[in-house]
Amino acid sequence: MLFFSYFKELVGKEVTVELKNDLAIKGILHSVDQYLNIKLENTRVVDQDKYPHMELFHKGSVVRYVQLPPDGVDIDILHDATRREARGG
Amino acid sequence: MSWPGQEDVFFSTSLASYLDKKLLVLLRDGRKLLGILRSFDQFANVVLEGAHERVIVGELYCDIVLGLYVIRGENVVLIGELDPEREELPASMTPGWAIQRGDLKDCFFPFFFQAQKAEKEASDLKGTMRKRMEFLDLD
Repeated sequence: MLFFSYFKELVGKEVTVELKNDLAIKGILHSVDQYLNIKLENTRVVDQDKYPHMELFHKGSVVRYVQLPPDGVDIDILHDATRREARGG
Repeated sequence: MSWPGQEDVFFSTSLASYLDKKLLVLLRDGRKLLGILRSFDQFANVVLEGAHERVIVGELYCDIVLGLYVIRGENVVLIGELDPEREELPASMTPGWAIQRGDLKDCFFPFFFQAQKAEKEASDLKGTMRKRMEFLDLD
């Protein structure tokens, strides 16, 4: 639940989502659900020459697997939330 | 974590907004399927009408016509909506033939598969995404 709430805070921000198959997609976080499925808007592929044919999707993607790289994350807020969660509050 | 119930269909990442739209579905094994979304469920199992697999090798692409497909949700990595305004493919891409499944081995465009083999040799074989192509070796 912690990360679900965390991602809800990030809605509207631009994030880079890195998939397990090494594909990286930049986009604006539109929505997230409790299973951490992610919907992105205005997507574009990072590193175009590596995946040129991925121009195909630009509107939005429902992403299943995610690794978030540090440039999309505010670590301090995450630290606070984790401390609160660990305390049971 | 409990199994998703019926109400999960209305969560914020619902696929309902994608119904009757032409989509790109990226599978775990690296395949790209295109088709019109006709149905889905809470596990992201998906029904695609008029589905075809788009195989891209460098500047060449090839569509393999599949028809009506049910895709099991666990294999889905990503579902994307195709922007109707922008070109589906870069203008530089050369179309191959749109072939029916089963014609793959008796291909009458050996050039396509030569190019595919050359690209396979040239690039790093990272992960399992390209392993499924090995059966196409025409040695």
